[in-house]
Amino acid sequence: MNILVCVKQVPDTAIAIKLDAEQKSIDRSELTYVVNPFDEYAIEAGLQLKEKYGGEVTLVTMGPDRADEALRTGMAMGADKGVHISDPALEGSDTLVTAKVLATAIRGLPYDIVLCGKVATDDNSGQVGPALAELLGIPHISGATTLEVDDAAKKATATREIEGGFMRMEVPIPAVITAEKDLNAPRYPSLPGIMKAKAKPVDKKDVASLGMDPSSVGLAGSKIQPMGMSLPPEREAGRIIEGEAEEAAKELARLLRAEVKIL
Amino acid sequence: MMRNIWVLAEHTDCKLKRVTFELLTKGREICAAVGGTLCAVLIGSGVESMVPDLQKWTSKVWVVDHPSLENYTPDAYAKAMTTLFEKERPIMLLLAASSNGRDLAPKLAARFDGALASSCTEVVMDGGRLVAVRPVLGETAFVRVGFKSPLQIMTVRPNVIPVAEPESPSNGTVEKVDVTFDEKDLRTKVLEVTKAAGKVELTEASIIVSGGRGMGGPENFKMLEELADVLGAAIGASRSAVDAGWRPHSEQVGQTGKVVNPTLYIACGISGAIQHLAGMKTSRWIVAINKDPEAPIFKMANFGIVANLFDVVPKLAEEIKVMKTD
Ligand SMILES: Cc1cc2nc3c(=O)[nH]c(=O)nc-3n(C[C@H](O)[C@H](O)[C@H](O)COP(=O)(O)OP(=O)(O)OC[C@H]3O[C@@H](n4cnc5c(N)ncnc54)[C@H](O)[C@@H]3O)c2cc1C
Repeated sequence: MNILVCVKQVPDTAIAIKLDAEQKSIDRSELTYVVNPFDEYAIEAGLQLKEKYGGEVTLVTMGPDRADEALRTGMAMGADKGVHISDPALEGSDTLVTAKVLATAIRGLPYDIVLCGKVATDDNSGQVGPALAELLGIPHISGATTLEVDDAAKKATATREIEGGFMRMEVPIPAVITAEKDLNAPRYPSLPGIMKAKAKPVDKKDVASLGMDPSSVGLAGSKIQPMGMSLPPEREAGRIIEGEAEEAAKELARLLRAEVKIL
Repeated sequence: MMRNIWVLAEHTDCKLKRVTFELLTKGREICAAVGGTLCAVLIGSGVESMVPDLQKWTSKVWVVDHPSLENYTPDAYAKAMTTLFEKERPIMLLLAASSNGRDLAPKLAARFDGALASSCTEVVMDGGRLVAVRPVLGETAFVRVGFKSPLQIMTVRPNVIPVAEPESPSNGTVEKVDVTFDEKDLRTKVLEVTKAAGKVELTEASIIVSGGRGMGGPENFKMLEELADVLGAAIGASRSAVDAGWRPHSEQVGQTGKVVNPTLYIACGISGAIQHLAGMKTSRWIVAINKDPEAPIFKMANFGIVANLFDVVPKLAEEIKVMKTD
């Protein structure tokens, strides 16, 4: 089975974000980067499919040179190879452009299933998976918390959460499935895995080699135009209610009525 | 050309959800600012009863009613929307940033090459230009974005827009549109839908009682459920409580869980790690109950109690019960 997993390298959000002097974008000087947490579930799902059906897990990423680290992490977990789309012209691409670039790269590859994370924790858009499916002309299920793929019957069954419950859905494959946190427990890269990952092949692509017009990508090709950033207002620490538990509970109840006005 | 601004109505069990009225409120505001006509789109099976409520808000209600639309599937809904788009191209489409809205919007954006701003928390006019505000980087920053496309699509978070009054009585017209589905429009099949009856949905809840590792075990959540019951609240959990298997992931609040926006969030035995705060810091009021006075959650909380939660929570429930019967 040919399994493709789209991965993105994202800033580790455990580190406090600062803005640059123009308040236009984030100050990247102190950031550290990780594999998008949701993509780790997608990688794990891909590895499990490979264990069941054989074949190959190929990671596909669009990002600057440092995104190679994300590919190496996924390959250390067990993925076989990578495709790295990198080009200065891609800077500023919105999520639809990202989906278009990934779709262009993926069209040139054999695939039975495409796995993505449900959302990238940096941009918080959740757009790439469903848009990618649309562009590839295949169905999708987003936010899968369970996934079974039947290679013989060429179908995938997944559960996704909806408000107040769950929905189990089935699609013919090839399809795009995006992974929710609950899907599995991603394995850690092993030491031999990390060693092996260094030698695994990564196919480098740029805008020209994908046959795309530079004006159709990056900020120029994007329909969403960033206009500035801001940090959320600091929340003022409130007041600590003193007293023994019973007294404090009583006072809190009073405040919920008098100030929060919910009682 | 008519500048049509469309709102996709969200509904469940033949009732419009509050977020639909939030979107209509925002849609009306945008129409007033940029000029245009507000229309609602109602898609489903047997949805007619919801039309009058939408008429009160809009100039036109588009209805696609078909058995194949009983449950949301991206394929079938996209087909219905495509049929509508072909009749009259809207310039703007507002959807809820719900599980379905966030699933459908990118598919439509890709199909119609539109600009999509997802999970917006604010949509404002800035010098005649529409600007959407969206949280990024685990809710640690907001980005303001403009649109550069004849079609602008936005998904808007539930609970961020206060609902205005409809302009009733209204005489919004109703147009039913027939859609024929063939096999390629119905590739996605719904096998089963399970819903927990009577449960307050976390992302829509106005009060949430949330528990973390400090709850000590799954059995102790009974105490939180009792408090939630008297408050009419939903239950939330930290990732630690979820990963320990005490609570389902559907209740997880945070970066890899849900983002919630209630009036009141009561955090019990939750330290307040940055990834948890990402999911709840926009709550109007935050209450923290934690025995560690240094817990970061207290930096966020309007009211804090430094104590053993096992002493506080049952007392609080009792106290509120008494108050409510007053
Ligand atoms: C990529 C990534 C994504 C993540 N996503 C999320 C997410 O979506 N949501 C999330 O919540 N976390 C998330 N986390 C995990 C997060 O970093 C924290 O580990 C987690 O939030 C801690 O949960 P907690 O506060 O319940 O547990 P702890 O940090 O262990 O805190 C427990 C608290 O309970 C208090 N306590 C203990 N006993 C009592 C008692 N008897 N009475 C009163 N107080 C008591 C303690 O003082 C302590 O403050 C994520 C982490 C990563 C790396």
